[in-house]
Order: sequence, then C-alpha cells, then structure tokens
Amino acid sequence: MTETVPSTNDPVVVTGLGATTPLGGDVATFWTNLLAGRSGVAKLTEEWAEPLAVRIGARMSVDPATVLPRVQARRLDRAEQAAIVAADQAWEDAGFKGTSEENGLDPARVAVVIGTGIGGVTSLMDQHDIILAKGPSKVSPLLIPMNMPNGPAAYVGLRVGARAGVHTPVSACASGAEAIAYGLDLIQLDRADIVVVGGTEACMHPLTISGFAQMRAMSTRNDEPERASRPYDKNRDGFVLGEGAGVLVLERLSHAQARGHQPYAVLGGAAMTADSHDIVQPDPEGSGQARAAKTAIERSGIAFSDVVHVNAHATSTPAGDMAEAYWIADLLGEQTIVSGTKSMTGHLLGAAGAIESIATVLSVQNDVIPPTINLDDAEDGLSVDVPREARKATVTAALNDSFGFGGHNAALLFHKL
Amino acid sequence: MASTEEILAGLAEILNEVADVAPEDVSVEKSFTDDLDVDSLSMVEVAMAAEEKFGVKIPDEELPKLKTVGDAVSYIESNHS
Repeated sequence: MTETVPSTNDPVVVTGLGATTPLGGDVATFWTNLLAGRSGVAKLTEEWAEPLAVRIGARMSVDPATVLPRVQARRLDRAEQAAIVAADQAWEDAGFKGTSEENGLDPARVAVVIGTGIGGVTSLMDQHDIILAKGPSKVSPLLIPMNMPNGPAAYVGLRVGARAGVHTPVSACASGAEAIAYGLDLIQLDRADIVVVGGTEACMHPLTISGFAQMRAMSTRNDEPERASRPYDKNRDGFVLGEGAGVLVLERLSHAQARGHQPYAVLGGAAMTADSHDIVQPDPEGSGQARAAKTAIERSGIAFSDVVHVNAHATSTPAGDMAEAYWIADLLGEQTIVSGTKSMTGHLLGAAGAIESIATVLSVQNDVIPPTINLDDAEDGLSVDVPREARKATVTAALNDSFGFGGHNAALLFHKL
Repeated sequence: MASTEEILAGLAEILNEVADVAPEDVSVEKSFTDDLDVDSLSMVEVAMAAEEKFGVKIPDEELPKLKTVGDAVSYIESNHS
C-alpha cells in the first residue's frame, strides 16, 4: 500500500472557523477567554444534579436554542443545535452564505464530517421519561432524527447543501479530531473540494454524568467548580464534563485562492491509530498516541523542530495526562510549549478535538499559546513547558492530540502557510 | 363542545407552536403540506397535539386523509367527545 502524499504546493487549508463553547458562543469570544485563562465550569443548578456525586459542568455560555429560530430549535437535539450554530459561523467565516449551490459550488463536491461521542442522548432520555409517564402514543415523532448520532452532520449537510457525502465518526473523545482527519482524506483523495468538519456534544444528563462518575473518571471538586479541571496538577481528580461544538471549513489552497479567500493555516497532516490495549485505560506507554503524532508530522513534511506547540488532550484524569506529557517530551523535546484547553472548557468529549483544533489554528495564525489554568503544583516528572499564562511565541507548526475511550488516538498537524 | 371557530383557533395555535405557521395563514381551504409547509413528522405532532386538545383519537389510517385544515376541523367536529 502506498500512502497518499499531500501535494505540498497545494496543501489543504483551513478557511472558516465556528464554535459555541463554555467560554463563548462564537470563536472570537472563545479565543479571548481562552487567552485570559477564564474557566467555563460552574455548579449544575438543576434539581436533578442534587443527588449526584458530580454536580459541576461546563455548559455552553450561549444557549444554542436562543440563536436559532424557535421552531427549528424545538425539532433539534441540543447537540444538533450546537453543531448548526458552529457550522453557520464557520460557513459564513469561509465566505459563504446559503447553500453550496447558491455560492456557485457544485454540491456533489461538498462534504460534511461532524463527529460526536454520544449524539442526542438527552432527547432519548426525555422521551424515555414520556413513554414511562404517558405511554408510547406520546413519544415524539422527532425522537429518531434528534437522537441519531449522525443527526448533527446530516442537518449541517442539509444546511450547506452537501452531496459529496455526510459522515459521522464516533470514537468517544477522539470523534471531533477524527472528523477533521477524515475531512483531510476526502480532499486528498479528491472526493470533495470543500469539507465542513468538526464535532459536537451536549450530553449533560444525570445518567451520563453518573455513568462517567461511576467509572471514577470525573472530578468531584463540587465546591470549587472553576478549579476542578486541572491537567498536570498533582491534585487533579478527573475530568469535568463540557458541552458545545466546533466546526472548520477545509479546502485546497488553490480553491481558496481562486475565490479570493485568505486561509488561517494549513492542515498539513493527520493520523489515527488504535491502542488495542484496554477498553478505557490509555496505554501507559502512550505508544499509540505517539505514533499518531509522529505520523501526522511526517505526513505534513514539517520538521519536528518546527512543531513548537502541542494543544494536548490533557483531560485532568490521573492516568491520562502524564502518559501524553512523557511522549511529547520524548518525541518533540522538553522545550515544547503545551497547553491544556480542558482546564478552562472542561471536556467536550466528541467536540473537544474540534474546539481544540480551532485554538491550535489560532495559535499558529496569531503566534500566541493559551495558558493552562489550575496548575498550582505540577506533577512530578512533568518536563514539558506548560505556561500558566498566555505565551507569545512563533508558532511555525502545532499539533492537536485527541484520544478516546476505546483506544482511539488522533493527531492533527497545523502549520503556517 | 367546541365550536368550529374554536377548533380552527386551536389548530392555528398548534400549527404555530409546531411548525411556525402564522395564525392568520390558517383557514379551512389551506393544505397542510402544500400551503402551510407542514412536513410529515410535524403532521404527526399536530395530530398528537390535536388529540390532546380536543379529546379525539386520530387513527393512523385517518391522518393521511386530513389534507386541509378544513378536513381536520370536520374530523374533530364529528369525533370529539
């Protein structure tokens, strides 16, 4: 088998960004708050949260239902609402309005890849409450399109008029990053000219929270929500659940130039590997993760020494953070500037790789790296450079890592034009 | 016993909630799908809401026969309890 090698003189570039997150309902607000080191984590005030072991979370700061027309919003699961809000922003940011056809694009050359970890689980649970309380004849006819994990991608596909294919990678917390990697493939395999990629997640519900909490995967720092997500800190005790969506628009540089649109950065390479080690525990050696990172960099043709920044997966779980930090130091050196976005946003599961790729793209474009907050007492052996405040640096190239339950590893390499 | 006007007003309210149809657009001769842009899933929602509001049963085999607002008003008038 031969690898498809990216054409270095006509790379795939990022031409549009959109996000709705715990730190802001748009990319500019998200980025400002990320650089300022603000936390999006708060106490969950819903009555259902009271008996739970975990009573904190990072809700979207702008309810996506308030951004969309009322009737449209009521037909959609919250994860679908978030995906549409982020996709609309990214599509407009890329210079488009309306469907692909209305923009003079061939719909048969426009694709969508939007991942999610869990899909429309809150709609599923709401309707489960209804069937128990009122019977099967009261179940909503909209349940299936609200619940199906491919719903967000399909709705975005309808919105932009995408007929080259609409896809949904489901690989837990790597879903958003895998979506971006698949989008790169679609363009490099010449199956599409434009791909709308990203991830979405909105699964804040007592059942999902209890499921994660029973795994002992979540922080129970209920009295200090803003300090609960603390990657690399000695006192980290698990991740904090977040919600939101991130979407990027990908196309060839020549395609962007032909329509006079200035790209943010190049998506130089991507790689996906699997651990085949354990269903939920990361391989303590991190070898599958490192292999994904190394392959993504090699495919981009960028020198390892130019990869000055890693936007890390860093979920604030005791097991995961250090395995990743060790191989980053080995592969790229201890001078590597690493940031843990989840210290501020919480863990957006299937949307994490997407919003963190947006942050990575903006670091490459703006030569500034977001801080990692709550890192008061660094774990022994943490040898990479993790700034506590935003750091200016020439970011020639940067890597975004995402890993998911199931042993999925995805790495994306972004670099300057 | 709801009057024809009350049934019409009730349907207009449901159509506004479910499918964003402006109440002034709702009149007996309008087709749900062709004039008011109500898709098949929303039509099921309209029927469910109408059953609740007017105390009628709209069986699956009846629903496709309700093509206009007037069809629905007549069905509700002759079947509600």
